[in-house]
Amino acid sequence: MMVPTLPLIGFAGYLLYGQYLKEKSAGLLASLWIILSFFLTLILFFQLNESSPAINVHLFDWINTDDLNIPFEFRIDQLSIIMMLLITGVGSLIHIYSTGYMHGDEGFSRFFAYLNLFIFFMLILVMANNFVLMFAGWEGVGLCSYLLIGFWYKDHENNKAANKAFIINRIGDLFLLFGLFLLYKQFGTFIFSDLEQNIAGSMSSPEILTFITLLLFIGATGKSAQIPLYTWLPDAMAGPTPVSALIHAATMVTAGIYLIVRSNFLFALAPLTNEIITFVGLTTSIFAGVIATKQNDIKKILAYSTISQLGLMFFALGLGAYGAAFFHLLTHAFFKALLFLGAGSVIHGLHGEQDIRNMGNLKKYMHYTHLLFLIGVLAIIALPPFSGFYSKDNILSLAYIQSPIWWIAALFAGLLTVFYMLRLYFVVFWGKERMSQDTINKIHESPWSMLLPLLILGILSVFGGWINAPELLLGNKWLEHFISPIVSIHPSHLPHSTEWILMAVSMGSILLVAVMTYQKYVSKAHVPLIESNAKDGSFVNLIRNKFYVDELYESVIGKSFLKLSQFFNSIFENQVVRRITDGTGQLSLYVSENIRKTQNGFISYYLFAMALGVLGILTIFIFFAL
Amino acid sequence: MNDVTQLQDQLRLVPLEHYVFLCIVLFCIGLTGVLLRRNLINVFLSIELMLNSINLLAVAFSVYYNDPNAQAFVFFIMVVAAAEVAVGLAMLVMIYRNVQTVDINALNNLKW
Amino acid sequence: MTAILFYLLSAICIISSILMIFHKNAMYSVLFLLICFFSVAGLYVMLNAQFLAIVHIIVYAGAIMVLFLYVIMFLNMSTPITIRKSKLVMGIAVFTGSSLCFVLVTALWATNFGQNPAIVNQDIGLASTLGKVLFNEFLIPFEVSSVLFLSSMVGIVIFNKKEQKDE
Repeated sequence: MMVPTLPLIGFAGYLLYGQYLKEKSAGLLASLWIILSFFLTLILFFQLNESSPAINVHLFDWINTDDLNIPFEFRIDQLSIIMMLLITGVGSLIHIYSTGYMHGDEGFSRFFAYLNLFIFFMLILVMANNFVLMFAGWEGVGLCSYLLIGFWYKDHENNKAANKAFIINRIGDLFLLFGLFLLYKQFGTFIFSDLEQNIAGSMSSPEILTFITLLLFIGATGKSAQIPLYTWLPDAMAGPTPVSALIHAATMVTAGIYLIVRSNFLFALAPLTNEIITFVGLTTSIFAGVIATKQNDIKKILAYSTISQLGLMFFALGLGAYGAAFFHLLTHAFFKALLFLGAGSVIHGLHGEQDIRNMGNLKKYMHYTHLLFLIGVLAIIALPPFSGFYSKDNILSLAYIQSPIWWIAALFAGLLTVFYMLRLYFVVFWGKERMSQDTINKIHESPWSMLLPLLILGILSVFGGWINAPELLLGNKWLEHFISPIVSIHPSHLPHSTEWILMAVSMGSILLVAVMTYQKYVSKAHVPLIESNAKDGSFVNLIRNKFYVDELYESVIGKSFLKLSQFFNSIFENQVVRRITDGTGQLSLYVSENIRKTQNGFISYYLFAMALGVLGILTIFIFFAL
Repeated sequence: MNDVTQLQDQLRLVPLEHYVFLCIVLFCIGLTGVLLRRNLINVFLSIELMLNSINLLAVAFSVYYNDPNAQAFVFFIMVVAAAEVAVGLAMLVMIYRNVQTVDINALNNLKW
Repeated sequence: MTAILFYLLSAICIISSILMIFHKNAMYSVLFLLICFFSVAGLYVMLNAQFLAIVHIIVYAGAIMVLFLYVIMFLNMSTPITIRKSKLVMGIAVFTGSSLCFVLVTALWATNFGQNPAIVNQDIGLASTLGKVLFNEFLIPFEVSSVLFLSSMVGIVIFNKKEQKDE
């Protein structure tokens, strides 16, 4: 109840008083709201255990007609409490970080206002007890994403990136809406608990369910940047780095995953959709990983990495391993936020440099950042005992159960991750210094306000895996058991020996690729070249240009829409609409001009009018009404 | 009894419709006069005629329906008519002093 | 006999009123209206409304018409005025009046007046009856009408005061 309202108060406060607050207090106040929310969430968390029923908090009846009842109601169950902890926890860390990162920026308080608003909407999204309220939160985070990506609005490129994000998101939302409409038509309700009960007893055809779940999935691809709606995420890196960390690593892009986990009872009954999801997730994962190997901007590499990891999560969802996907969502949030914030620290230290070809040997200058960034890298490449290892291994073993081919493909995606992340790490922190002397003189480690969140996230990345460690490694799979009321546990029947073998193979291949990367980038001191000097083959060029996907979209879809809107503008807008609107105004002016002339001041005229009026009324009464 | 019936015959010899018809005609003639004439005095006279026709109507009804209240009301109509004429004519004199004419269309400044 | 009297009086009334509205000279109009009032007073007498007939003559013929005459003579309008409205407007005025007449007569024709009460109360119209009614049911309007007169008198006096310019 109070949890989402606190950030809302923060946002409202900024609307009114933003410009009056000094920088430091503005940032502190905003962070305070979120930290308070975090503690409240923590209290709630300790009240819930594995078998508690969901807490429903009914605020008011939002839409209440005869057939349609959509309450503004929150559902605090095990799944949503974990998400809330994640959102408020990582959110508060990012707020603290931003007080350091955005120091000196002229839109400081506006930034925090938007951040607060984002947390508010995200909380609504995960706390909703029905699809429509969740969709409201969904739209809201899309809006905040737009506002925050285009935060430095004076540069027009940022605005274009923000537009792109919002529009692509919207396309996904359209499909999501269709799915929701079909859902309502089929089941008559939007509330999750009612739907779950209805599904159990209904005889709906699998085709309809497949359709619905497919539409929901397409909506999720828009938000979580899968093929074909992923192109906005790399461009979204135009926003400030804390934004990338919060929205595009830890929370908003996980909304799609959350949607599917929430409606797992629907997806469980649509096997065709699940196959599609698995395939799309895997393809996206590999595709994005390949593109990332040839990118040269720190944030873009991390962006494609996000897309790749999300693809892995969708892969797991498609296999029915909802718990595993959710676990990977959590650990990914930790280490990806850590990586982004670390990248932000690097950028901050180098006063705005983002191209890795102009960095090098930073481990000499930025010790803490280096260390924490290394932790993040190790976590993402799934090296034990970091958290990434547990979650990715979970997914891999479940993939093997389905079929070894899935396992090999997922392993390949993971190895790509190893390659490009280590490439990033080595090129930035080792090797020859390629910065200008001027920059070298100005390098400084980041302030404690930025390092503290990094530290906390680092700790989480190291130890976070223990919340769902498999029995094999002496864990108790706490997370999966915790969310079992919502998500049925995926049985895993692998014999322990097979699991050990799989783990050994994956670890071995990771180490192999790591060594290869080390060879290439450190021993041979290979540095990624600028484009004009590259003499690579055409395939590499294709990768370098992101497979020209953006250009394809632009030419096929963008141009045709542009032509369509131009057509509408010239014909419809100018001729029809303007005539109607202007004409109405002209008409009223004309009529009033003429009516004005009846007030001519002659009394005889008025007497006439009166007499004629009386005559008219009497005529009507006597002849027609009686 | 004989006197009563005689009076009765005498009073109600003419059917009520005739009286109403007369009143209607007088009223309409008065209305025509109001709209027709350009001289303020003539307009006032026509208004008086309209008021009179109403008086006649009320008295006719009071006799035919045995109701004295209508005649009291006629009384008051006369009161109002008298007061109105007095004030109206005073205003007319004042207008004449200002614009030197009693044309009904002389004062036309209160326009758009 | 009564009927003939009624028709005669009503004819005089109508004719004089028509002449009144059409005559060019204001003085003549007043005089025609006076004739009309006298015939109306005669009709009142026929209806046994004696008190009202007398009051009618005193108030209307005696006071109001005299007032009109005073004003006409004061303003020197005894000579005929030739300004008239345009023919079109006059035509429309006559048309309006006659169409209203037509409408109302149609309404009259369709109305059923119902039965008159059998017994005629011949006291209606006498001064005593009227006085009783006035002072019982209509006491307050009666008193208020005196206030009305007072206010109109005061108003008239104020109207015609010359504006005093402060020295």
